[in-house]
Amino acid sequence: MLEIKDLHVSIDETEILKGINLSVKAGEVHAIMGPNGSGKSTLANIIVGRPGYTVTRGEVIFEGQNIMQMFPEDRAKEGIFLAMQYPVELAGVRTWQFLKASVDALRKHRGEDQFSVRQFDRLLDEKRQIMQIGEDLIRRSVNEGYSGGEKKRNEILQLLLLNPKLALLDETDSGLDIDALRIVAEGVNTFKNSDNAVLLVTHYQRILNYITPDYVHVLLDGRIARSGGKELAEELEDKGYEWIIKDVAAAAS
Amino acid sequence: MTQALAKNERYQAQFKGIVDGSSPEWLDGLRRQGMKDFSSLGFPTARRGNENWKYTNINAIANAEFDIAPASDVTLEGLKQSAPWDDDWTTLVFVNGRYSADLSNPSTDASVTVGSISELTRSNGNILESHLTSIAPTANDGFAALNTAFVQDGAFVHVAEGVDLETPLHLLFVSTANETPFITHPRVLVVAGKESNATIIESYVGVGEGKYFSNVVSEIILEAGAQVDHYRLLDESDEAYHVGVARVSQGDDSSFSSAAFYNNVRLGRHDLLVTIGDGCETKLAGLYITTGRQHVDNFINLDHTKPNSTSRLFYKGILADRSRAVFGGTVYVRDGAIKTDSLQSDKNLLLSPDAEIDSKPALFIWADDVKCGHGATAGNIDRDTLFYMRSRGIELEEASRLLIYGFAAEIVETVKLKSLSDHLERIFLDSLPRYSFEF
Ligand SMILES: Nc1ncnc2c1ncn2[C@@H]1O[C@H](COP(=O)(O)OP(=O)(O)OP(=O)(O)O)[C@@H](O)[C@H]1O
Ligand SMILES: [Mg+2]
Repeated sequence: MLEIKDLHVSIDETEILKGINLSVKAGEVHAIMGPNGSGKSTLANIIVGRPGYTVTRGEVIFEGQNIMQMFPEDRAKEGIFLAMQYPVELAGVRTWQFLKASVDALRKHRGEDQFSVRQFDRLLDEKRQIMQIGEDLIRRSVNEGYSGGEKKRNEILQLLLLNPKLALLDETDSGLDIDALRIVAEGVNTFKNSDNAVLLVTHYQRILNYITPDYVHVLLDGRIARSGGKELAEELEDKGYEWIIKDVAAAAS
Repeated sequence: MTQALAKNERYQAQFKGIVDGSSPEWLDGLRRQGMKDFSSLGFPTARRGNENWKYTNINAIANAEFDIAPASDVTLEGLKQSAPWDDDWTTLVFVNGRYSADLSNPSTDASVTVGSISELTRSNGNILESHLTSIAPTANDGFAALNTAFVQDGAFVHVAEGVDLETPLHLLFVSTANETPFITHPRVLVVAGKESNATIIESYVGVGEGKYFSNVVSEIILEAGAQVDHYRLLDESDEAYHVGVARVSQGDDSSFSSAAFYNNVRLGRHDLLVTIGDGCETKLAGLYITTGRQHVDNFINLDHTKPNSTSRLFYKGILADRSRAVFGGTVYVRDGAIKTDSLQSDKNLLLSPDAEIDSKPALFIWADDVKCGHGATAGNIDRDTLFYMRSRGIELEEASRLLIYGFAAEIVETVKLKSLSDHLERIFLDSLPRYSFEF
């Protein structure tokens, strides 16, 4: 589904990603871990086409197609979704309106009719229930005055509504209380099936207790320093990143 | 200078027909004084050193040759298309400055006097005489002076003490533009008696195409404890000029809440001064949307003369094409006006690289123990904001439309009257200008 080959990315002349190789197949869950500033969000952002980055080398292939020249809206239509680490506030734009505009945009792309208000509300009610998001929240401006946890649940609500092929989750578990974490994990598990894939950026092993990763990758200074199964996450939880950093240094000298 | 003089002569000639002996002497006195003051003041065309007119050039008004507005007709159906309307409101309609009994829907409520100034001089002479020009004097304002010289029909509203008026009052001034430029002098006087309660809508609406000038003066007097909800809509023709001098006087413990909307006008100026007493509440919201080469100038002054009052000024602008807006909002907190709590903000969304905003909020404080703040912003649509929407599949065009809509809706949603907000949605939200920056 997703092939990243020797990807180098800079921001203002500073190289942030220094040669990433990653292959994600349908049905898989990949977890990406790594210290602050190692480039995890950069990787997620570059896949969805956030402006502000320069790709200096390499490519990102999604379903056989190099997507690096595509607009973000077109990537979304192809089925790529990012639950953002810092969801943006949209002053004056009601969440309901925003969600319907998104769903309609994707339906239009697939050649389907726009939803009527009633059809959309039926779909929305069902997904809201899973995410335990009240009606009052979707009547407010998008993310404005939402608590940290509400913002994250709202991201997963969008995941459920848009039902992409590839879901990137950037620290969706950060700042959640135990109940909210369970709700978010449940949302992701509802979404998950053998035809789609999840790339999950996290600092904590605990979300991986709910969403079992097939692979865990450690990003260090813009490179994948180690990949393994879910036991790698447990090891990191125990020992931190120090030992990998040392291993990498040893290998380099 | 000679040009300006020639203009004055034009208005003097027009004035000859005004004082014809049919009005009470006090009214003719006001008119004569207005003409005299206008003759010496003229229009404020000199902008050098004149802070109040720094960003607005009114030569187009001063140099134009406006005729006295011709009598004209509009159909009720046509009116309902172009103006806010509700059959349940009390509505006074003025067409080209003349009161239209046919189109109006006057009040049957005995506790309120609503009608045309020229008619009511007979039955309500005393109260008119004691209030007309009382807060909008002619001595220092050329526009107010000229308006007063030509006072004829105009809206007079008197809400008696203690009356809670449930029916909104709509004062609707319609201009029917044609090929001959003309001037009208709409006049509004509202006296809200002690502890009374009223909702008032002032609309200035143009139909047809052509130049005209609405030279408006509104005086709104709130006696102690009165509460007035006020709306003001400017939706003139594309080529129209509009200068509105509005004066509001708030007696102690009164509450004045206003929302002003600017849609169409070639050159518009709203000069609003609110004088605030003790323990008052003042809320002013505004939305201006400018396109083409429109120019809208909001000159707003809030004068806290006594302690314990709260004022909120919240304006927003959306500027497209080559349009320009000016926002001058000044809050004065006079010596002794302790415990004043005032906030003002003016936020602008620039949709084009050629649009321009001059926003100058200011504060002058002579009192201690006050809480005051102000701010102005001007910006384009933020890239991260757009990206968030695009990442959900929403096209740029639609994303910017939703954001512009949201920006405007915040003010439109403060409107408590359904028929009015429906109309505003139609004229504003259904035809918002587009974002014309490169993304
Ligand atoms: N817009 C930007 N301008 C300049 N530097 C940036 C920008 N965005 C990211 N960076 C830098 O790129 C590096 C990688 O940032 P990134 O957000 O990808 O890290 P991360 O792994 O997601 O960290 P965290 O765990 O804290 O979220 C950091 O050093 C960061 O400061
Ligand atoms: Mg990050």
